[in-house]
Amino acid sequence: MATETGADTSPTTRPLRPTGSLSAWEGMARQYDYWLTVLKRTWRGGVVSSFLTPLLYVVAMGVLLGGFIEGDPDRLEGATSYLAFVVPGLVASHAMTIAVSESTYPVMGAIKWHRTFYAQLATPLAVRDLVNAFVGFVMFRVASACAVFMLVIAPFGVFTTWWGPILAWLSQVLVGFAFATLVFAYSARLKSEEGFGLLFRLGVIPLTLFSGAFFPISNLGPVLEWIARLTPLWHGVSLSRMFCVGQVDWSLVALHVVVLVTLTVVGWFLAVRNLDRRLEV
Amino acid sequence: MALIQEIPAPLTPAAATKVLVLRNYVVYKDAWKLFITGFLEPVFYLFSIGIGVGQLIDTFEFHGEAIPYAEFVAPAMLATSAFNGALLDSTYNVFFKMKYEKLYDQMLATPLTTGDIARGEITWGLMRGSVYSAAFLVVMALMGLTQSWWAVLALPAAVLIAFAFSAVCMAVTTWMTSWQDFDKITLAQMPLFLFSATFFPIEAFGDGVLRWVVEATPLYRGVVLCRELTTGVITWESAISVVYLVVMGAIGLFVVRRRLDKLLLT
Amino acid sequence: MISARGLRKSFGDFEAVKGIDVEVRKGEAFGFLGPNGAGKSSTMRMIASVSPVSGGELRILGMDPATDGPAIRGRLGVCPQEDTLDNELNVFDNLYIYGRYFGIDRATCRERAQELLEFAQITEKAKAKVEDLSGGMKRRLTIARSLINNPDLLLLDEPTTGLDPQARHVLWDQLFRLKQAGVTLVITTHYMDEAEQLCDRLVVMDKGRIAAEGSPRELIDAHSTREVAELRFGVGEHEALAEKIEDLGERVEVLPDRLLVYSDHGEDVVTAVLDRGLHPIATLVRRSTLEDVFLRLTGRSLAD
Repeated sequence: MATETGADTSPTTRPLRPTGSLSAWEGMARQYDYWLTVLKRTWRGGVVSSFLTPLLYVVAMGVLLGGFIEGDPDRLEGATSYLAFVVPGLVASHAMTIAVSESTYPVMGAIKWHRTFYAQLATPLAVRDLVNAFVGFVMFRVASACAVFMLVIAPFGVFTTWWGPILAWLSQVLVGFAFATLVFAYSARLKSEEGFGLLFRLGVIPLTLFSGAFFPISNLGPVLEWIARLTPLWHGVSLSRMFCVGQVDWSLVALHVVVLVTLTVVGWFLAVRNLDRRLEV
Repeated sequence: MALIQEIPAPLTPAAATKVLVLRNYVVYKDAWKLFITGFLEPVFYLFSIGIGVGQLIDTFEFHGEAIPYAEFVAPAMLATSAFNGALLDSTYNVFFKMKYEKLYDQMLATPLTTGDIARGEITWGLMRGSVYSAAFLVVMALMGLTQSWWAVLALPAAVLIAFAFSAVCMAVTTWMTSWQDFDKITLAQMPLFLFSATFFPIEAFGDGVLRWVVEATPLYRGVVLCRELTTGVITWESAISVVYLVVMGAIGLFVVRRRLDKLLLT
Repeated sequence: MISARGLRKSFGDFEAVKGIDVEVRKGEAFGFLGPNGAGKSSTMRMIASVSPVSGGELRILGMDPATDGPAIRGRLGVCPQEDTLDNELNVFDNLYIYGRYFGIDRATCRERAQELLEFAQITEKAKAKVEDLSGGMKRRLTIARSLINNPDLLLLDEPTTGLDPQARHVLWDQLFRLKQAGVTLVITTHYMDEAEQLCDRLVVMDKGRIAAEGSPRELIDAHSTREVAELRFGVGEHEALAEKIEDLGERVEVLPDRLLVYSDHGEDVVTAVLDRGLHPIATLVRRSTLEDVFLRLTGRSLAD
């Protein structure tokens, strides 16, 4: 692909490939219409998976199972009911699920099946622009799904302040960013879709189940509890829950934010680098 | 070139099924990582919900007997993982093979018939599923979550659940035209998974119509069957469940054959 | 081998095959020639006994596809238009497993698969994934696979569509060898050169009917002249100029980019055109082909 710049194949064009000659903003803006078209075509499909599924979880686990669980703040990280405990965790882990689903098969599709990335790279767009717009689209999905979700949950009376849910929503978006960029980097390297099956079974599902979304990680026992603390999702769940429940430890907030932002930045660099290497051949 | 002098006779249904299972076995033996990890999902759920959340819950009553939460959830995970596995195999995988890989078209260029294909695919799904179910039962037993020897029968029960859902879901898949249609599958799968008295007792639905509706759904029948067997509290409900699931599978199988004939032999 | 009387196929209101009579004899290479949508593939699927006959009579190897489908298919080799290889299996297993579908025993299957890999010239790719093969290799594998049961009758639906010229010639060579080995071939194609190369006898199909039948030579003799002069003029001039040279050949066809003048003496036509003070941008004199036959019979070009 790199040689297709034709007459410009001077030594300076090669390093330009990942970043290109457009400004980052312009690079994204030029793909706006493409992603809008994709959204128009696919948003219906998103409704079931990104909205209805978590709502069913809230009703089943939060309301019905929660009816059998005593609302003891000492055992539920400050929440006064199991519903109030589980909702912020569910939404955060849901942000992860959407971010991962949207950065797995679609990335492989754009590389291998539909070869959209190759077509886009034949224009002035650069690898960095492709990653930015792709992640931007994923984040639109994550942010809108979480926002709608938080709004629907509000009448259940699980939030204690007006600003808490907003900051919680921002935390969920941050979870989305970290996973979208990291998983994009992973998908860009993957040759066969078998790897996605493993990612879901060994990554997404255990993270969802053991990162404190459904129960306090202290229930895991000391060793597993510490392992859980090392997972990116736990930082997101904890952040989201502190804001929703209204018991905020700001130094812990700072730690969570630093971890998630760092992961996002690292993920982004890896995503650009891996995609650049992948599209080279 | 000439090696085979006499032309082989068309295959018997049993031989055809065997060959199709062989084909899937050859494919999956290279994907052993996926095979192994497929077993983990219900175990993760058992540990997370059964043990993690279970610490927040005292005991549940099941047919009047108080049982610990993990013992309550474990059989449900056995049933739902049979259900989920069957669903995945007979919807996504069948659709992919039918529409994209055109696998069945190539098979039909040989002496194989649509009936052979339906039987072969379902048999393979059941074989794979029963390995998972057996492994899960062993985990349950090791964790002390089985209370009687009846639990051994939970394995055939899980296979029966898988059979009933495989047949029906494969039939449903024959009406699918695009991947978008799979949202409808998810739309059925999630409520069944979450509300078939999997994580909480059926009493949570009260005593009204809602409970009656849930009791009439197929996955609830499967869950209650497995739960009665592993806890050793057997009632007539198990008999109802068995009949229900057998009939469901038979109808599914019948429809699948007719639909495959219609779709592939045009 | 194949005998069809008034064979029909309809999909709802649409009639794809509108009553055709075909007789294919043992050992010959028989072709169905026609543009896309002529009904070739529908006919092939009926012969392959996977598509129920809507009307008329069809006998394959003396059997009725409606009742003896599996038995017929056991003796057929089918190479469909699109490669329907099993992408989840490697190259060798594609042959081996497919052979097992026919009920061929393991040892024979293995031996045969090995032979066919050689036949298809892909022995070194035995353990490769199907998706890593080139288009030509996939096609050769599909054809090799259709031979696993040593078929009496081999059905090839557009065998070389989408292949590069070199790969086509390799494939043609292999089909020649099969023909020499006594395999009856039934081929559909919309390539004239392919039909001329491979077929002893063929039918020209158009809109679900048979427009003509015979050997390639017979068809050309019956429906065209010995030679054709192709004349290219400036853009948009062809229609008007056609009238001025109508009398120079037996027939003049106006195509979007050129005029075809049919005559037994092509060079004379070109000279006469120049004599009339007309100056074509390019001229070409060639022998008539099946393409011209098709144009004559249907008024349309094959590559639509």
